[in-house]
Amino acid sequence: MSKKDIIVCRCEDISLAELHTLMEQGFTSIEDLKRQLRVGMGPCQGATCLPIIQRELSIFLKKPIEEIPLPTVRPLTIGVPLKAIARGAKNEK
Amino acid sequence: MMTNKELIIIGGGPAGLTAAKMAAEAGCQVLIIERSPALGGQLIKQTHKFFGSELTYAKTRGFDIAKLLIDDVMKFKDKIEIMCDATVVGLYPNHEITVYQKGVYSKFKATAIITATGASEKFLAFENNDLPGIYGAGAVQTLMNLYGVLPGQSIVMVGSGNIGLIVSYQLMQAGVKVKALLEAAPKIGGYLVHASKLRRLGVPIYTSTTIKKAIGKDFVEQIETVELNEKWEMVSGTEKLIDVDAVCISVGLSPLHQLLSMAAVEMKFVNELGGMVPLINENHETSYPNLFVAGDVIGIEEASSAMIEGYLVGLIAANRIGYHHPHYETLLQSYHDQLSNLRSGPFGAKTRIGLAKLRGETHAR
Repeated sequence: MSKKDIIVCRCEDISLAELHTLMEQGFTSIEDLKRQLRVGMGPCQGATCLPIIQRELSIFLKKPIEEIPLPTVRPLTIGVPLKAIARGAKNEK
Repeated sequence: MMTNKELIIIGGGPAGLTAAKMAAEAGCQVLIIERSPALGGQLIKQTHKFFGSELTYAKTRGFDIAKLLIDDVMKFKDKIEIMCDATVVGLYPNHEITVYQKGVYSKFKATAIITATGASEKFLAFENNDLPGIYGAGAVQTLMNLYGVLPGQSIVMVGSGNIGLIVSYQLMQAGVKVKALLEAAPKIGGYLVHASKLRRLGVPIYTSTTIKKAIGKDFVEQIETVELNEKWEMVSGTEKLIDVDAVCISVGLSPLHQLLSMAAVEMKFVNELGGMVPLINENHETSYPNLFVAGDVIGIEEASSAMIEGYLVGLIAANRIGYHHPHYETLLQSYHDQLSNLRSGPFGAKTRIGLAKLRGETHAR
């Protein structure tokens, strides 16, 4: 099985090989992996990768999936151009 | 500029539309904010006839149900305002939200909010899962049923839940050769009436089997399947090759919880409900007062339960704002009864266990 050909995060193009390498180095929470790999930080904001990573961590740590915490969710849910936000702020004044 | 509204409904699918209709009927001013260019949610791409009860339009095709629900909303033009192509990008304290619509970023404040954001599709990790020709079932339905574009000529479906079964049948109706249906579990996930229809048409259904890899240079040309043992491990030596030019992944949905999570609503991960879901009381109200939820965002079910939840929550939210529906008590009871009725059969077991876990009954079965 070629783990480098298994894509875990489509937005940031992260493979299962990269994920497993970091997990073996001790990065065993989604928050840690997110900071290392940017998984979950692309346009889909983790909709695709987070359930897959949760499952991989659940197997690696031998813990039920419910015990693998998901990362903090922060606004905004999609990419918004800065100029739109700036214009919105101007209208507010 | 902050715009004030009485009731904001996030999502214009079956739950959001029924909630809007009921709240408006009670006398409430409503704003529906929908991410897609049109209302109707996933119903607009569903060409099959639905099961359920008369009240949830059984025996009617999905896209026709969407039309009926949209017609209901349009009858309240003076009460219901609609924003399409508009995404709620932030949910903050004090019922404030930010919206991005066609280049414009704006703020709204409501007395009450109903989150009916629905769900997103789960994906699978297998070799070459990024090859062109590999689709989610939602994309296949959009291409085929909304735009009239075939996703391929010969396809393998991965996942035997109702969506996997129904979309396989729709693919056959559209002239696509469905080579096989794979199911990782030892049992077919969806209704046997759908599975039997496929079997009668000669589609093999392989249980305890999954996709190991996709093969192809510029697009998928073949897939390798593998059998799984009772520990869900691949059994080597059981690999088989199937020629295809498309693969459809239909392995479940997860609730779109992001807005709720960012607003620090109390949440819990419940596998049976599809992922992160909000803790709610019998009014479908979250830990954030006056923030209600309906539909797949509180657990993956069917459009029929989403519609009933929508009516229920529309009724309750309007009442909270000060609009008491003339038939409030009767309707409330009726929607609660209909929901327990829908969840009472063997196919409701997963939802019943999930909801019990959500209530804190950790050893629910």
